[in-house]
Formats: sequence, C-alpha cells, structure tokens
Amino acid sequence: MNAAAAADHGHGDHGHGHHEESFASKYLFSVDHKMIAKQFLFTGILLFLLGGALAVGVRWQLAWPFSNVPIFGKFSPENYYASMTMHASVMIFLVIIPLLVGFFGNWCVPLMIGAGDMVFPRLNMWSYWMFLSGAVFFLASFLVEGGPSGGGWTSYPPLAVLQQGQGVNLWGLGVLFTGFSGIMGAVNYITTILKLRAPGMTLFRMPLVVWSILITSILTLLATPVLGSTVLMLFLDRVAGTSFFVPDGLVAAGKVITGPAAMGETARAGGGQVLMFQHLFWFYSHPAVYIMVLPAMGIVSDILATFARKPIFGYKPMIYSMSAITGLGFVVWGHHMFQSGMNPYLGLSFMVATMFIALPSAVKVFNWLGTLWRGQIHFEVPMLFALSFVGMFIIGGLSGIFMAATPVDIHIHDTYFIVAHIHYVVFASTVMAIFAAIYYWYPKMFGRMFNKGLGKLHFWLTLLFLNGTFMLMHYVGTQGHPRRIAVGAWDESVKAGYKYLQDFHWANVVMTVSAICLGFAQLPFFFNLFWSMYRGKKCGDNPWRANSLEWATPTPPPHGNFAGPVAVYRGPYEYSHPDMKEDYAPQHIEDGTPVVQAQIHS
Amino acid sequence: MFFAQGFWFPDGASTNTGDHDWLFHFILAISAIFFALIIAVGTAFVLKYRRRPGVSAEKSPTHNGTLEIVWSVIPSILIVFIFYYGFTTYLASRTMPPEAFEVQVTAKKWSWEFNYPNSAQDPDLYVPAGKAIRLVMTSEDVIHSLSIPAFRLKQDVVPGRYTDSWFQCDEPGTYNLFCTEYCGTLHSKMLAKVHVLPQAEFDDWVEKAADIVGNAPSLLAAGEILYHKRGCAQCHSITGETLTGPSFLGSFGTERAISGGGRVTMDENYVRESLVNPQAKVVAGFQPVMPTFKGMKDDEITAIITYLKSLAKGE
Repeated sequence: MNAAAAADHGHGDHGHGHHEESFASKYLFSVDHKMIAKQFLFTGILLFLLGGALAVGVRWQLAWPFSNVPIFGKFSPENYYASMTMHASVMIFLVIIPLLVGFFGNWCVPLMIGAGDMVFPRLNMWSYWMFLSGAVFFLASFLVEGGPSGGGWTSYPPLAVLQQGQGVNLWGLGVLFTGFSGIMGAVNYITTILKLRAPGMTLFRMPLVVWSILITSILTLLATPVLGSTVLMLFLDRVAGTSFFVPDGLVAAGKVITGPAAMGETARAGGGQVLMFQHLFWFYSHPAVYIMVLPAMGIVSDILATFARKPIFGYKPMIYSMSAITGLGFVVWGHHMFQSGMNPYLGLSFMVATMFIALPSAVKVFNWLGTLWRGQIHFEVPMLFALSFVGMFIIGGLSGIFMAATPVDIHIHDTYFIVAHIHYVVFASTVMAIFAAIYYWYPKMFGRMFNKGLGKLHFWLTLLFLNGTFMLMHYVGTQGHPRRIAVGAWDESVKAGYKYLQDFHWANVVMTVSAICLGFAQLPFFFNLFWSMYRGKKCGDNPWRANSLEWATPTPPPHGNFAGPVAVYRGPYEYSHPDMKEDYAPQHIEDGTPVVQAQIHS
Repeated sequence: MFFAQGFWFPDGASTNTGDHDWLFHFILAISAIFFALIIAVGTAFVLKYRRRPGVSAEKSPTHNGTLEIVWSVIPSILIVFIFYYGFTTYLASRTMPPEAFEVQVTAKKWSWEFNYPNSAQDPDLYVPAGKAIRLVMTSEDVIHSLSIPAFRLKQDVVPGRYTDSWFQCDEPGTYNLFCTEYCGTLHSKMLAKVHVLPQAEFDDWVEKAADIVGNAPSLLAAGEILYHKRGCAQCHSITGETLTGPSFLGSFGTERAISGGGRVTMDENYVRESLVNPQAKVVAGFQPVMPTFKGMKDDEITAIITYLKSLAKGE
C-alpha cells in the first residue's frame, strides 16, 4: 500500500474529520491515533502523580518511622505495604508502559512511517479503554475495605492468595485489563509497521524509534499472555478454590487451610507449586523491563542524532542489539530466583544468558558515543535528557552485572541494591527518556514551543535529586539493608534487632528529602506542559530541523496526518552530508534540500 | 576508601566471604573503569563537539569494523571470566559438605524456629564455631527467606518443600539474621540472632536447651524462659500493653468475651487449648492469627501456665 492510498484511507475512513465533531467523538471516543496518544499521555501523567505520592509515603516511613505522613496521617504497616505495592504497580502498569508504548508508540509510529493512521483505529481506541478500565480497578482498590493489595507488586503466593479483602482481586483484574490493552496495542503496531509504510520506506530506512516499537511489540505479544494467565490462576486460587500455587498442608492463622482463605470455606485439593508462579511471573516480568527500556533506547538514538547533527553510529548494529536483548530477555527470568530453591545447574543457564545481555547493551552505549563523535552538539532540552539517559543507563546496566554474578547476588538479593538498580533503569533511564520524548515532539504535538528555561530547570533539578534519591541505595543495600521493611512496625525490641541499620538512618533521611525534592522538581514540567500549550511561542513544522517523516506534516498534524502523498528517498539519519547544502536531508525530499528552513533557537 | 573491604559490606565472618567479596570488588573495579572511561569520553565529546555557529559537523564514518569488534570482544572476555569465577563460587556454596552439622529450620509468620538433633529448639540460631553447618529449611505458611548478611548467605524458605544452605563461621560472636522475603504485616519483625559459640560451650548449650524445664531452677523460671523462647513475647506483653494479642498481665483467672459470642475463663485448660488449637476460642477484639504449638511438651505447657499465674498475681 502506498502513502497516498494510506492517507486517502485515513481521510475516507474518518470523513467526519472535515466537519465539526462532538466533544465526545473528538476527545473521548476518538479513533485518531494522535488523540489516543494524548489520552494515554494525560492519563499516564495524572497517574504518575499518584505513583509519586505513594513513593513519598514509603520514603517518609523509612526516614521518620514514628511520625505522621503529611496529609495522610499515621502509617500502619498495612498502609506501608499497600503503598509499596501500589507504587510499583501503578508506575509499571499504568505509567511507564502506557506512556512509552501507548502514548509514544501511538504518536510516532504512523507519522514516522508515513501512514494516515494506525491500521486498526477502532482496536486502538479499545486499547485505551481497556487500559482505563485497568486503571479504574487499581484505583477502586483504594476504596474497598482492607485497602489495596499489600502483596507486593510481584504478588508471590501463598502470601497473595492468603491476603484478606478484595485488594489483590482488584489488583489482578487491573493487571489483566492493562495486559489486554498492551496486547491490542502490540498487534496494531506490528501490523501498521509491516503494512502501512510509505513508498520507499524500507525496513532499514525506518527510524530506530520505529524499530524499537516493533521489537517491543513482539515482546509484548509473546510475554503478556503468560502474565495474563498467571494472574488469572492466582485470581482463581483466591476466589474459586483452585490450587495452582497452593501446596498441601499450608498453615494460616494456626490451622491448615482447606479453602480459599479470602472467600470462605470450600474444599481445596492442594498440591500446587509456589515456585511455578515465580517462573511464570518472571517469564513476563523480566521481558517487561525491556518493554520499559527498548522504546527509550529508540527515542534517545533519534534525539542524539538530531542534536549532534550526525548520522547514528552503527544503525544496523543498533537494530541487531535490540533484537539480541529481546531474544536473550526471554531466557533470563530465572536470575530473579537464584535464592528460590531452584536447581543450581538451572541457575547456570540463566546466569550466562543474563551476563551476555551486557554485550548488546554495551554496543548500544558505544554507538551512542560514536554518534556524538565529531558532531555539532546542540544543548536543547530534549538533548540534555537524552544525554543523561546514556549516563544513567550505564549505571543501571553495570549494577545489573553484580546481580548476574550469582554469589554476589546471594548477598544483595532483596536488599536496597536491587531497588537502586531497578530505579536507575526505570526512573533514571526510562523516565528521563520519556521526558526527552515529550519535549522533543512537543512542538509537533501542540504547535507551540515549550519554555526552554523551565525545561532546563526541570532537567537539572531532576538529574540532581534522582541521584540523591537512588545513588545511596547501592550503599545501604550492600551493607545489608533489606527492602520491604515497614519501619512503622518497629517497636523498641525490633529497633534493637536492626541496630546496625540505625547507622544508616542518615542515608534514609537524605534519600527521603531528595525524593521529596524530586517530586517538587516536576512542578516546572507540569507548568510548562500546560502553559506552553496556550502561551508558548508558535513554531514551524520542523523546529529541530530533523529528517524523519513526522516533521513533514502540517503542525499540529491533522486527521490523516500528511497534506499530500509522501514517498521516502533515504534513511532517517542523513545529517551533515558533505554533498548537501543544508546539514540535514529530510527523508521525503528527493534531492535532499529542505524546502522550509526553520532555525534552532538555542 | 571506595574499594576498602568495610566500605561496602558488614564485616564478613564466614569462610565463603573472601570469594564473594573478591568477586564483588572485581566487578566493581571493572564497572568503575568502564563508567569512568565512558563518562570521560562522553564528556570530552560533548564539550569538544558542542555547536559553534557556522561550523557544520565533520564527516565521520557511520561504522567501523575494527572498533566494533574490539568493543564487543573485550567485554565478552570479561564476561566469560566473571561467569566462570562466579559459577564455581556459586556451586561451592550450593554443594553441602557431607560432614556438616544439620539444623532444621522452620519459618512461620513471623518467627524462626531452629531445631537440633537432640530435640532442642530455639528462636535464635546457635552453632559451633569452626564447623560446617547445614540449614535444612521449610516454611509453614508463606515464603520467607533466611538471610545472614555477615555470612553473605540468603536462601528462600518455601512452603511445601525443603531448601538448604550451608556456612562455616570460625569466629565466635553474635550476628544478625533477617527474613528478606516480604511475608506480611510484621515481616520487619521477623528477626533472630546467630550465636556462634566455641564447640564446648555449644555442646553445653544444646544439651540444656533440649530440656528447658529440667535445667531451670524452678517451673516458674522455666515458664519465663519459654515465654521468650517460644515467641509468646512478640504478641503478648507482660506490661499491660496490647500488642497483636491480649496482654498476660493480670489476665489469668479472669473471664473474657470471645469472638462469635460466649465467654470463657482463662484457666489451665483454656491456656492449654489455646496453645494446641489457638482458633478455638479467640478473645473478642483480636484477630485469629496465633500459630499452633501442637508439638509442645506437657511439662513446657505446665511451666508456661505457672508463669501466667504468677503474672496474674503481679509478682
């Protein structure tokens, strides 16, 4: 299918785009990929506030164990564990994955491949509504008796099976619905990328962003169904008396349980395997980490090339690295389970696979450096975030090697070292890349430029305080500070037991103060996001003078995206070519000379 | 300071600490070198190639075979070495010495129970110094994890199966033991100590611990010891403070409402029933969360009853 047909298809399908739409069909039940992207964006940002607030609750408890949390009041251990569980669940299932894939994939994929819309616009709309239903289940769990799940985001049985109340049930439904949303999105992205590319847009002329979304979607499609069935089995164990994960002779509250502990008594066969849950859970949840980082790598690759005015170094090795990370990512789940009682020889294969993930990751880092080499680097806000991604990703990646080395992992497993590692990957790397993406595509999305001063302020404060929050966790972790300790449960006798942790109380205070500052550091971002939408300086179609197709659209892109047929003549990274008059050559212009020249305002 | 032994870890006390800490510091050194190198090169590039008006980016290759092979091969060699060293160390930690002294461990919400071959039982772990110790562990309820940071030891304790681990500590002393797998509300209270004793002292301890009632000066004294050793103290105060369960102060002989209706007098038979079948009659206003002490010996139950009686009188 060529681009003209794709664009026509877009117009024909949504003929209503030409007349006034009702509020509901334009903003709520839109089938336009750009509006759906914005729905994901604003829902995700809203839930980001919730996830952040829960994190502050957790941190407050660790620094000032016996004091009241502002607004909330006194924390019980149950409150602490619920905050910890919901912080992770909200951030992973409702913020990071929807923002990266739902918002960002939706926004970029059709524009960057020269398509009028996604191939299945209605499925796309459904994907958002499934996600929102999942979010509603998560949120509803805050209102039921007993509060939200306190089983940890990993929900290991038997603990999660035995947990009283409806919290874990609602958590399970939330995960199930967001999972469906992810699968629907993945099918759509894969088909769109394979079927709707503009003429001339060969696979190896696609921007790395599109590659990263394609690879991530394959990962989502293969891994998420496993999570869905696992959570369903957990749900049945809780409400229907099955025993997938419940062994014989389990004792709860002083007696051997015979029925779904949460729902009253019916016969339960027993004979389930608790370790099976961990295998199934991590079979999804380890690849999920790559779902949360691959699109970020794609974003950063594009932004580095644009602002260094250089072709990306090693375009094909970048694609092969992402594919290698994905392939290996499916056979490393057991490194979460070295201590679980698994056969040590099984550990061997997981250990070697895990270590070799370092290799493609290292290749990507070296390629990013190669991209900067001999460039003309513009320190625009998106570039600052992208550069910090590289630095933070190195820390998060290197700390992963400690965990892959099993004897070291034995000591640091379930300590704050792991908490540091995951936050360097998911916050310091991925969230920084999400910020980079929002700033980079902001002018195209809203037709106005954000305030650059506020953007830089946001960047420096975030970089400073995220390191203040997460760096010390490595140190207290290796010293043996366990994670998931509800300091609120400490009484005098327990304080004596944790005496040596009292020595690190200063570190907990520093981390908490820093975390609160990190929260406040997001204020310039929120202000900028909304203020610039109405008051920002108007900008041209291609303010960054970038090559890829999304910049060839009118600003903001209308229904159907492109004003006319588009064709592609070259790869996306032809910057500073000596034969060209300008330092960039848009993909859709045959002789490579850009028609409109917009200046970068530094 | 950065690479000093004590900076990153609590003092190591077991025989495997050396290998573990060496590997950690080796990876740390490699990571530090790579990190410094990449950041230095990155910073240099960012400064050197920052935009200057009127200058365009220099033509530079978009890939370089030699360079790409070099930066793939060097990390690969390092990875293979770390893997080899790590795996042999791991296997050694997973291979149980045949002559090891065995301690059976039962974990339950939220306490530890260490059982010795001569039927001694204690909530703390006592072991002889200079001898390999094998821990054979299982859980009664949810997953727990036994962690002793000073021995670099951690092993999940799983319901429905046995897991094991071993260590040898040559230096007598007291070390911390934590549960490191989140196991519910009072997870952070699931603590114990490891007491490493010289062999003779250990032999003495384990013999006495097997018969607490017989070795105590009186039944009352035995009751008080058992109150601490069997974990009663965690939920039942002797000061009148209400913890997870009712306080023992002044409670023996009183009549209480029980949940589900009815009343019960706290007499000898009620205490016995509550130990063996804790959910039979739960005092109103409390959760039915007490674990069972079905295996407790008769003389131990008698000792505990004696102790509770003494608290009723306020002695």
